[in-house]
Amino acid sequence: MSGVSVELSGSEIIIQFLKDEGVKHLFGYPGGAVLHIYDALQKQDDVMHVLVRHEQGATHAADGYARATGKPGVCLVTSGPGATNAVTGIATAYMDSIPMVVLTGQVPSHVIGCDAFQEVDAVGISRPCVKHNFLVKDLNKLAETLKKAFYVATSGRPGPVVVDIPKDITAPHIKVPYLYPEKINMRSYNPNFKGHPRQIKRAVGLLLSAKRPMIYTGGGIILDDASAELRQFVRKLGFPITQTLMGLGAFPGTDPQFIGMLGMHGTYEANLAMHECDVLICIGARFDDRITGVTSKFCPYAQIIHVDIDPASISKTINADVPIVGGARQVLAEMNKILDNTELSIDQTALEAWWQRIKSWQEEESFAYDRNSDLIQPQAVVEELYQVTNGEAYITSDVGQHQMFAAQFYPFDEPRRWINSGGLGTMGFGLPAAMGVKLAFPDKDVACITGEGSIQMCIQELATCLQYDTAVKIINLNNRYLGMVRQWQEFFYEKRYSHVNMDSLPDFVKLAEAYGHVGIRVDKPADLHDAMKEAFKLKSRTVFLDIITDREANVYPMISAGKAHNEMDISPLQQQKQASLKGRGEKV
Amino acid sequence: MRHIVSLLVENEAGALSRISGLFSARGYNIESLTVAETEDSTLSRMTIITSGSDRIIEQINKQLNKLVDVVKLQDMTEGNFIEREMMFVKVKAEGESQRAEVKRLSDIFRARIIDVTDTTFCIELTGSGEKLDAYIRAMHENNIVEVVRSGSMGILRGEKALTL
Repeated sequence: MSGVSVELSGSEIIIQFLKDEGVKHLFGYPGGAVLHIYDALQKQDDVMHVLVRHEQGATHAADGYARATGKPGVCLVTSGPGATNAVTGIATAYMDSIPMVVLTGQVPSHVIGCDAFQEVDAVGISRPCVKHNFLVKDLNKLAETLKKAFYVATSGRPGPVVVDIPKDITAPHIKVPYLYPEKINMRSYNPNFKGHPRQIKRAVGLLLSAKRPMIYTGGGIILDDASAELRQFVRKLGFPITQTLMGLGAFPGTDPQFIGMLGMHGTYEANLAMHECDVLICIGARFDDRITGVTSKFCPYAQIIHVDIDPASISKTINADVPIVGGARQVLAEMNKILDNTELSIDQTALEAWWQRIKSWQEEESFAYDRNSDLIQPQAVVEELYQVTNGEAYITSDVGQHQMFAAQFYPFDEPRRWINSGGLGTMGFGLPAAMGVKLAFPDKDVACITGEGSIQMCIQELATCLQYDTAVKIINLNNRYLGMVRQWQEFFYEKRYSHVNMDSLPDFVKLAEAYGHVGIRVDKPADLHDAMKEAFKLKSRTVFLDIITDREANVYPMISAGKAHNEMDISPLQQQKQASLKGRGEKV
Repeated sequence: MRHIVSLLVENEAGALSRISGLFSARGYNIESLTVAETEDSTLSRMTIITSGSDRIIEQINKQLNKLVDVVKLQDMTEGNFIEREMMFVKVKAEGESQRAEVKRLSDIFRARIIDVTDTTFCIELTGSGEKLDAYIRAMHENNIVEVVRSGSMGILRGEKALTL
């Protein structure tokens, strides 16, 4: 294509552009406003279209694909309800900064604003939950607009971009010259990747002076592919590291320097280390309220270094003493360079004492659960999954207790393996996301850890799984409750359970079979291992493991609203252990 | 504290709603907002009067800068600037003495009478927000028929300018 322009219709431009941009998969659902585009789509095989069963599924599948591959996820939906159904998935991607381009059909230009059939102001509706959006008004600017959309979506702090395309723009008989725009220049958008050298030097100096240092990283490391640089950095310093829910896998979950996830359901040791540290470096995370607990009591003794590509994330909720605006990879590489060329003046005695304190917290085993129960414990299911998949599977999840158990009990050693809706907390995300991942990596094990509440929010995608042979394993932690809401009602509403009881559930085994898949029910701990093995042995089949778990299992530790990192609720088992390790003098 | 923020934005449909939407979505105050095309037809100049703590103002500036349609931003409050607002006031002007009084008052404020009927005057007045407030107070509430205010515009003093 290079150099020579050809005459193409709007629909042909869209398809040719996607090819030129290297897009392999397009998740979509046809409808009136996108008929011309679908006609162009069926004339080629380079871009594979995945017909989902609901537009929300398309966005989550594209999102999962993007999180696993690092490439932008791409969707195509029709106007009106097609666009509104996509909004939840767009908002999900926005909150987690996932690169995504959503093409929405629009009614023809001349009837926009006339309340036409299936007309909705897609640009207006999506505006608060996109990085940017466009309405294409001129066919001659279509290719340029698409290029801008991909550029904005994938650069800087990534995010979803919506391109709304009126039907007349895609008409087959109107053709204009097309040339793939290799580069695009936008005067109002120039993300900065390079951190300020002086600030970076200051940060390293502060780190080396620490007596109780902490490294806290998030999804920004994964988005910027900075995992290798982070590993070097952490190992050079020998400091403890904690990661957010979004950051898991950037640093290996099984490495002794990793002291677990932090925040509302983080480990005891990670949260206490946050509270007690004297220097904190945060890279690619945003001090979310699920991380900080009450901000007035957050890291009371720490000087804080904050590295983020988005200036608006710095000093938004927590003031940064050393702010560094820049990409995680570039800033970490700079810091590593400085560390290589400096004599490391770390106070090793202080660091050793710090590690001893952390180890004393670790001894309390904050994740301990009843391993002798007659009921299947949800934690045991995740541990079994870890064993059977050698810790190497791609794991998606929905939202609730099962999501926290997955994050706690499946330590990820590689980035992009843990795929969940962190910021928006979207139930229904897991299954379509798993589908997107499996399409990207057909030879890898992909499992969706879910619950009987979440799975029903996008269960229709089981049909898509059959159509495209995306053999994912659904691990349904079925406790017949909306577990996380029930837990809050137990803790904060004196067990007044209000509408969390999932009565009249479908028979998931039969449901899976009705969709053409394999269903297996497990209700005894002794059967768990064999069932899990069996599920993963069926390489080419989607398997729905309906696992009947302890109804009232809780996620521990927990920082409740208005509390600080050192005010966790801990499990009854940890309380026993704490008593038996008496004399530590650590307050809960 | 009150801040006056000037922006150069892409002169495109939707740019205004992105900016006003940001203020409502994040719960920021907006006292006034004025916007019009500049000498370069691809750019609009916007002046926003807002208020908040230093942290909120810093967030407002950062969040505005993050919008793809915002080309350039300047918080005028950080420097030496001129601020003006324009106002039309329609007032009752009946009988010799009232008409003379309105005329006299308008002269004091250097306001101009731009339309006249047997019973009303329409007056144009430019100045700081406080000056316009003072004029309205001096005119007495029950004499005022209608008030139209433009919202403030700002420009930096000296050679410094907000341009591309």
